[in-house]
Amino acid sequence: MLSRWPAGALLKLGAVTLFLLRIFAQCLPALRYRREVVQQIYNAGARSLIIVMLCGLFIGMVLGLQGYDLLQRFGSESSLGVVAALGLIKELGPVVTALLFAGRAGTSLTSEIGLMRATDQLTAMEMMAVDPVRRVVAPRFIGGIIAVPLLTAIFSCIGIFGAQLVGVGLMGVESGSFWSQMQGSVQLSDVNEGLIKSICFGVACSLMAVYEGFHAEPTAAGVGLATTRTVVSSAVLTLVIDYMLTAAFL
Amino acid sequence: MNRSDLLVEVSDLDYAVDGRSIFQGLNLQAERGRITAIMGPSGTGKTTLLRLLMGAIHPQRGSIRFFGQDVVHLARGPLYALRRRVGMLFQNGALLTDLSVFENVAFPLREHLRLPEPLLRRLVLMKLQAVGLRGAAEMMPFSLSGGMARRVALARAIVMDPEVIIYDEPFVGLDPISMGVIVRLIQSLNQTLGITTLVVSHDVQEINAIAHQTYLLSEGAVVAAGTPDALRTAAAPVVNQFMNGLPDGPVPFHYPAPDYHRQLLQEGW
Amino acid sequence: MARPNRALEIGTGLFVLLGFAALAFLTTQLPGSGIQLRQSGSAYRVAAHFDNVGDLKVGAPVSMAGVRIGNVESVRIDAREYKAVVELAIDAQYSQIPDDSDAAIQTAGLLGAKYVGVTAGGSETFLKSGSQIQFTQSALVLENLINKLFASIAGKDDKDDTDK
Repeated sequence: MLSRWPAGALLKLGAVTLFLLRIFAQCLPALRYRREVVQQIYNAGARSLIIVMLCGLFIGMVLGLQGYDLLQRFGSESSLGVVAALGLIKELGPVVTALLFAGRAGTSLTSEIGLMRATDQLTAMEMMAVDPVRRVVAPRFIGGIIAVPLLTAIFSCIGIFGAQLVGVGLMGVESGSFWSQMQGSVQLSDVNEGLIKSICFGVACSLMAVYEGFHAEPTAAGVGLATTRTVVSSAVLTLVIDYMLTAAFL
Repeated sequence: MNRSDLLVEVSDLDYAVDGRSIFQGLNLQAERGRITAIMGPSGTGKTTLLRLLMGAIHPQRGSIRFFGQDVVHLARGPLYALRRRVGMLFQNGALLTDLSVFENVAFPLREHLRLPEPLLRRLVLMKLQAVGLRGAAEMMPFSLSGGMARRVALARAIVMDPEVIIYDEPFVGLDPISMGVIVRLIQSLNQTLGITTLVVSHDVQEINAIAHQTYLLSEGAVVAAGTPDALRTAAAPVVNQFMNGLPDGPVPFHYPAPDYHRQLLQEGW
Repeated sequence: MARPNRALEIGTGLFVLLGFAALAFLTTQLPGSGIQLRQSGSAYRVAAHFDNVGDLKVGAPVSMAGVRIGNVESVRIDAREYKAVVELAIDAQYSQIPDDSDAAIQTAGLLGAKYVGVTAGGSETFLKSGSQIQFTQSALVLENLINKLFASIAGKDDKDDTDK
């Protein structure tokens, strides 16, 4: 198994890339399924909203505590706003949202498509001369890449408020300097960096979810396995892409 | 027999998966307007044959002609055009679980045609009426029984008015009443609309009741062909075994295995 | 598919709206160029001219004896005098600040943020909306200090050399 690893990984990389191209080719035609796309934005986005907001709040609050503790050692608690905002916008927001998305929406995408595969629904579509990539995969993919950046923005905003809640409300950082420092130091390019990252993560996580579902072994165990693979490969891919993008933006 | 009357023509077909041979030198034909049955013991690749016919998988050798077109070398566009002329009924129905019965039947229409809503609605209700399920139009697939699901799938298969309908094991897992309903539907669709019919099955009785021509497959090739009556009286042992449901014969009861005695006596005791 | 599903559309609409609102917040409110979030409702504004404001940010606190009394409302350049004009919004409750008070740009901690510290004067008249603080003290720019330090050390060395 181990000796086959490089070849297997290469094979999968190629297969995933080809699948991505196949989806891209069907994205425009898939937009005619307006209702289906709306449904998928709802499934991927609105249904993940609560968990994303909750996690954003708590991560922001932890940042407030840890950031304060760290910064007051250098007597620069007033920079808490900058630290929290930059940390959230550039790193934590996109990454944590992508991981939450993979766990919440990605898995359900995979099992849904995998189950359609297992019950011959995808084959039936092909036999009715309907491309399942266009009818099933592309709308879900589009829903995912629209939902992730929006979820990320919401996550970051809630996180900043969480940090402010703890930093200003609890630890007594001066509210004015919290905001003014933040507004002075955060550049539009930082926000853009986070946005670009979240779009890339959205593509990666949605792609892995639909790929694993579409290629799931058509059995109950196969679908379960595919769901696990979605979470693992989405998480790894997200972190790898994150490193590369961070390096590219520096 | 006129050549243009042959809707499906399979000749010298070889197909293997992972080195395991499924078909060797398979030949069969289906005539326009008739019911052709493909029978055989489980595991002889009947469903695989249907996938080959529809161009979903490709054989190693041989040709498959469908509507006179070479399915094996057909590009995606013409292949999809061909599939639109064929209705297919899956073993378990394969209804789309997130759509209602009505929308399932309407699915091919919505995908391929731009029909005004009232016309579409009338068409779908007519097809549902034909399978006796007009009253179930607003139900969801999960609340249907197996027999009802298959009838809905049949309504979906005929909604585009196909020239050919392919049934994959239409009788499996049905109670006698549902089975009778499906048999009657297959027959009446063929007789009243003249739809060419291909049935893959191993239910001898039902097939004998409706088929005009039967092919019996075994070990990757056709072992017998003819009308049900001819097959029933055929002398070949494998045909006899299958048609009469004998447990042992040319198709052995035992899957190939090493010698029984030796395996029991010598395995590491 | 034909049946409209209002709950779905409303839910999706709300989600997208919320997402774009968050995005708009991040792009317009966080970078300094953005519109101010906090509009101090009851405050009066006074101006102060500085030679150098360092990296004083809009929104930075204005404090007196360590207590926050307002915020920096705007920082701009006076094109005629080439001086920085800092507009301070001081909370209305602190209305009795002598008009000869002086304003200095100070640093919180060694590397901390800049803020405006106001030291009360002795005048009987108070600052009011639109008035100007006369006495100001510019930011201490660390680099300038270090430069001066090095220059003086170097100068001392030169002197040592000539002494020999």
